[in-house]
Amino acid sequence: MGKNLFRKVWDDHVVRQLDNGQYQVFMALHLIHEVTSPQAFGMLKDKGLGVAFPNRTFATVDHIIPTDSQSRPLQDDMAEKMIQVLSDATAEHGIEYFPPESGSQGIVHVVGPEKGLTQPGMTICCGDSHTATHGAFGCIALGIGTSQVRDVLASQTLAMDTLKVRRIRVEGKLGPGVTAKDVILHIIRLLGVNGGVGYAYEYAGSVIEAMTMEERMTVCNMSIEGGARCGYINPDETTFEFLRDRERVPRGADFDAVCEKWRSYASDPDASYDDEVVIHARDISPTVTWGVTPAQAISIEELVPSPETAEGLEKNLITDALNYMKLDAAAPIKGTKINVAFIGSCTNGRLSDFRSVARVIAGHKVADSVRAIAVPGSEQVDQDARAEGLDKILEAAGFEWRKPGCSMCLAMNPDKLVGDEVCASSSNRNFMGRQGSPTGRTILMSPIMVAASAVRGSVADAREVFELPSTLESGDAA
Amino acid sequence: MSKTKFAGRGVYVLGNDIDTDRIIPARFLKCVTFDELGPSLFFDERFDADGNSRGHPLDKARHKGAEILISDNNFGCGSSREHAPQAIQKFGLKAVIAESFAEIFHGNCTTLGIPCVVMDAEHRSGLAAQVERNPDAELIIDLESQQVIFANEIYPVSMKASTREAFLAATYDPLDNLLSAKDQVRNTAQKLGWA
Ligand code: SF4
Repeated sequence: MGKNLFRKVWDDHVVRQLDNGQYQVFMALHLIHEVTSPQAFGMLKDKGLGVAFPNRTFATVDHIIPTDSQSRPLQDDMAEKMIQVLSDATAEHGIEYFPPESGSQGIVHVVGPEKGLTQPGMTICCGDSHTATHGAFGCIALGIGTSQVRDVLASQTLAMDTLKVRRIRVEGKLGPGVTAKDVILHIIRLLGVNGGVGYAYEYAGSVIEAMTMEERMTVCNMSIEGGARCGYINPDETTFEFLRDRERVPRGADFDAVCEKWRSYASDPDASYDDEVVIHARDISPTVTWGVTPAQAISIEELVPSPETAEGLEKNLITDALNYMKLDAAAPIKGTKINVAFIGSCTNGRLSDFRSVARVIAGHKVADSVRAIAVPGSEQVDQDARAEGLDKILEAAGFEWRKPGCSMCLAMNPDKLVGDEVCASSSNRNFMGRQGSPTGRTILMSPIMVAASAVRGSVADAREVFELPSTLESGDAA
Repeated sequence: MSKTKFAGRGVYVLGNDIDTDRIIPARFLKCVTFDELGPSLFFDERFDADGNSRGHPLDKARHKGAEILISDNNFGCGSSREHAPQAIQKFGLKAVIAESFAEIFHGNCTTLGIPCVVMDAEHRSGLAAQVERNPDAELIIDLESQQVIFANEIYPVSMKASTREAFLAATYDPLDNLLSAKDQVRNTAQKLGWA
């Protein structure tokens, strides 16, 4: 019986088993940012400890950074202080730091892959639950808490239990207007927000194999929303081509050698799994959320569920979600008025996301009632998008083109919903209060669905609003 | 110090999928230490826009000073922010009983010495009802026997084996242990080409 990728990477990185049955696991790459990591440096100081492998940790700022003006000092004193603490700590410990206006700053899960820091076969961790994004390259990529950031800084290792592996095969061919975001929302809807507890998800099948790396990152990004500890995709030619010539990737003959090594991590054809799920592409439609968890999602043609048809605690969950969202049971989601449109985040803030929107929105206008913002995931994405004129196309349509950061994904910076505004959002969480107002409402969807909804002023089906090319993403997707 | 028994008054916060954004809203993450987080616990559930109490269980006079939080399924899902268990601890809560926990939250709690104890729905609703009736009585979580004892009743609970071991051996904060294998770590790093 062969091994799956999880097992191979795990076996390579285990240092030893601990007395309580957990394992001590070496982390090949550690990424840090300003919200969950400064405190860890304080903990190190209290214990008189240093950083064990400073060359395996990289830092940037993303969560609190404003997206209108990033000139320093930031207007928000505490935000300024958080950045300062991170910048001082990285300097003190010899950790490489990508500050604003360096050309390399951005959302940590956008920066790692685009610099080629993220490579197949690695164990990767970051004090952020969307670290699963990096699994798109064939990595075990784990979100961790601040005390674990401390552990990794001090020892470059984590104490953890091993995981089971569920292979999720998505087979067939996606219809026009159905994107990677719809695939992952559909998976979470089917398996539930805690269906993945105790598991690593391996995404496989013809749909996943045909995806570009950016689409794969969108899928892996939301593994955590399905409760999985991490999610990954086996590395293949698409992976290697993405990594070729990236800043931190070996070149020439060394590249060929490293590709061979990377290839060896892919799951063996006869690998065993703890569970397997098969999903058919034809069952996946453009999907939007109606409630307050990412699993509370429906296809754009469906009706919002009704508590009447549910039982027990599920009934309460639906009632509470509908009350919070101020939506009627058994009514269409299509046509729900929106106030804000947000395209960005580590889920859908990459170049291909803005390309796909620019391609369809040219010639259309955002409705007057809608505030629309586009926030590139990194300075690199910003530069590349500008070079292609995507910023101008989105601006002409009525979007504001902002500077890079997490922005309205979690609204720790000034980009926030006001009161009970409804936001059509390309981000990953529709939790109560997530977008900065305790009563703000979030409807998750793909970037082109956000664009369609922005144009209509209400939740809309991109297939009806735009003329869609048969392949939507960056053009090189099958 | 081994931590095997946790005693305190209980408080039941109803709901499945209570995420860490609800436990501590993002605006309170603007800090460089965790020290001040206690009062912000469940803030938007506890207070309206004008700062008036919404009558959340944590703010009811009868539950003031409660130390053991009881909730439902998938508690602590979402963001990995350790600010959530830190706020729980700083607020004065010592342990959480629920039907299930999200994994990152579970790990964060463990490192801080907050046990995440699993109790099934039937026993939990019984316990919650008892706690409502006797808010002043203490409940005891015994990790050794995997029981909760309250008002002369015994409720079976469970805990992930490795976590329970860590509490019994007082190694729930793994750092010293991780640091005790420096040579082995270096060997692994060398083998992988990172040393
Ligand atoms: S974009 Fe959103 S989900 Fe991604 S790292 Fe930033 S805050 Fe977290």
